[in-house]
Parts: sequence; C-alpha cells; structure tokens
Amino acid sequence: MDSARSSPDPRYLAGTDQVLIKLLIAGPFAVGKTTLIRAISEIAPLHTEEVMTQAGALVDHLAGVKDKTTTTVAIDFGRLTLPNNLVLYLFGTPGQRRFRLLWEDIAQGAVGALVMVDTRRLEESFEVMDLIEEAGLRYAVAVNPFPEAPTYDADTLRDHLDLHPGTPLVLCDARSRGQSLDALIALVEHVIAHMHMEPA
Amino acid sequence: MTGGRHSRRLVPAYLATGGRAHPSRNHLDRLTTLHAACEEIPVGLCPEQRGVLELIQPGALPLVDAAAYLRLPVSIVKVLVADLVSAGLLHARPPIPQATGPDLETMEKVLDGLRALKS
Ligand SMILES: Nc1nc2c(ncn2[C@@H]2O[C@H](COP(=O)(O)OP(=O)(O)O)[C@@H](O)[C@H]2O)c(=O)[nH]1
Ligand SMILES: [Mg+2]
Repeated sequence: MDSARSSPDPRYLAGTDQVLIKLLIAGPFAVGKTTLIRAISEIAPLHTEEVMTQAGALVDHLAGVKDKTTTTVAIDFGRLTLPNNLVLYLFGTPGQRRFRLLWEDIAQGAVGALVMVDTRRLEESFEVMDLIEEAGLRYAVAVNPFPEAPTYDADTLRDHLDLHPGTPLVLCDARSRGQSLDALIALVEHVIAHMHMEPA
Repeated sequence: MTGGRHSRRLVPAYLATGGRAHPSRNHLDRLTTLHAACEEIPVGLCPEQRGVLELIQPGALPLVDAAAYLRLPVSIVKVLVADLVSAGLLHARPPIPQATGPDLETMEKVLDGLRALKS
C-alpha cells in the first residue's frame, strides 16, 4: 500500500520544524500584489476573509462573522519553500490606517516589506509606506511598469517617494517570476545590510 | 472510537472561555505552526473546533493556511486554536524565536535560497 508519505499533500508543511519567514507585499488596490504573489508562490495564492467591526476591532466570536454591520477585507498570501527548512510567506497588505489593528496583526513578526507603486498614482502608496516606517520595518520599493504609466528617472522617483538613500528602488513587472524574485532579493539584501549595522 | 469520556474535560474547557478571551491567543501568530496532539478527535467539540482538528490530521499547517481552508477569519481561528491547545488536543509552535526574529544566519540562507532559484 502507498503510504500518505509517498505522495505528500502539497498543502501541508514538510514537517513541524520549518522556520516560517514573513514578508509583506504592500501597496494600494490593483498595484499588482496578488500578481506578484502568484508569480512566486508554489501553491495557488490563498486568502483569508478578515472581519472587523465599524470601530476597526477584529471580530473574535463566531456570531460576529455574520453580523451585517461588519466590514470584510480579503488578505491573500502565498508560500515559497527554500532549502534548510525555510519557508517564505508573502502577505498582500493594502495597509490602510483605518484598519490599523488588522495591519498590526499582519505585520507582526514580518522581516520586511516590498512596497509596490504605480507611477500613475504614487501618492496611493504613501499611507502604507508611513505605516511600514512607523512599524520600524525595512522595505524596498518596486515600481510596477504598467504600459500606460509614465516613466521617471530613479532620482525623480526617490524624491517623490521621499526615500532614504539606502532604500532599494527596483523595476518589477509583477507577472514575471524572475523580476519578482529579483525584487525580493533586493529586499532581503537590504534587511541583511541593516542586520550587519545593528547587530541584535 | 472515542466516547464522551475523552471529551469530558473538553466541553467545560471550551465553555469556560465561551470561545473568547483566552490569554494564550495573544501569543498566536498567523504563522504559528499547528499540528495534531491527538490521534482521534473527541466528541463534544463545536463544529469549528472539529474542523481545525480534521484539517491538521494529515500534517502540519500554519494557522493562516488553516483559516483560509476553513474560510474563517484569522481572529476566530486564534480563539479556536487557543482553546484546543489548552485542552491538550493541538500543538502550536511559534514561527521563529518571537523576541528576536530571524537572525543574520537565517536571512543569509533565505538570500542564498532566493538566488539559487534564479540560476
Ligand atoms: N501590464 C501589467 N499588468 C499588471 C502587472 N501586474 C499586475 N497587472 C494587472 O493589474 C491588475 C491588478 O493586479 P493585482 O495583482 O490583482 O493587484 P492587487 O490589488 O494589488 O492585488 C490585474 O489585472 C493584473 O493582471 C504588470 O506588471 N504589468
Ligand atoms: Mg489583490
């Protein structure tokens, strides 16, 4: 008989000793977060439906889930298994201030964030960038070059986004696995550079 | 088969918290790994608690994956998990050392792993 072990269900982790690393893929609606997660994830992206009261509290009793006065926000995520028992989790985060508690819950324990921007509406990424900076998270910025979007040189973009000189700024077509991996590599290199500077 | 015997202490444990406000849920993360602590699922659990245990019978899952498959908000699954852990039916392991986060060595391995996917 075939044992369950010979054809493991890909939904499950390879073991109970995996180290799970959280990265945020942040940015406004339709900037390409889900597209990037899909390009990288080894499983079809999953999502949770988070339920909040009008005051922004996370609903924690089952009756509250069906309450009509609550707001539901879908948060999608994907997974990438690496050697050495490491598993990357990528969470798509809209990062709106009015959903502060949800933001804190998602950002808890994150190693860093990739902020995606669309040059037609740079200002829509400001709110989540502020939240990321307030949380003390390291981040890199990925410009998703939509066909109709204007192109600016890096200095102009850095200026508009008010980026620290050390913050990576990369171009990334979110549909491309290679470019999306490059963007994550830039982020992880940046996180590591700061760990060297500020030993734990 | 399990009778009500095995679940004798579980029902009160769940009712005692009313499914809410258990302190241990504050230590649960989206990426807390869940795995089974019981071979058979006792009777007397609410359908949502049973759903969690059934889902993780074949293997370990992060809490957020369980929430996605069960179509429940993460905040609700944290409550269910906290109660199941206190009832001794579920193991919950934090993703990484919570206080420090991943260390430099771990992040170097992440970087190596990502670079290897490019070549
Ligand atoms: N041309 C182009 N379209 C993209 C790119 N990334 C995403 N899209 C499209 O933009 C739309 C919004 O992307 P989505 O990933 O759902 O955005 P999200 O709301 O940030 O998750 C989808 O129709 C994508 O197919 C890109 O790099 N180039
Ligand atoms: Mg999306």
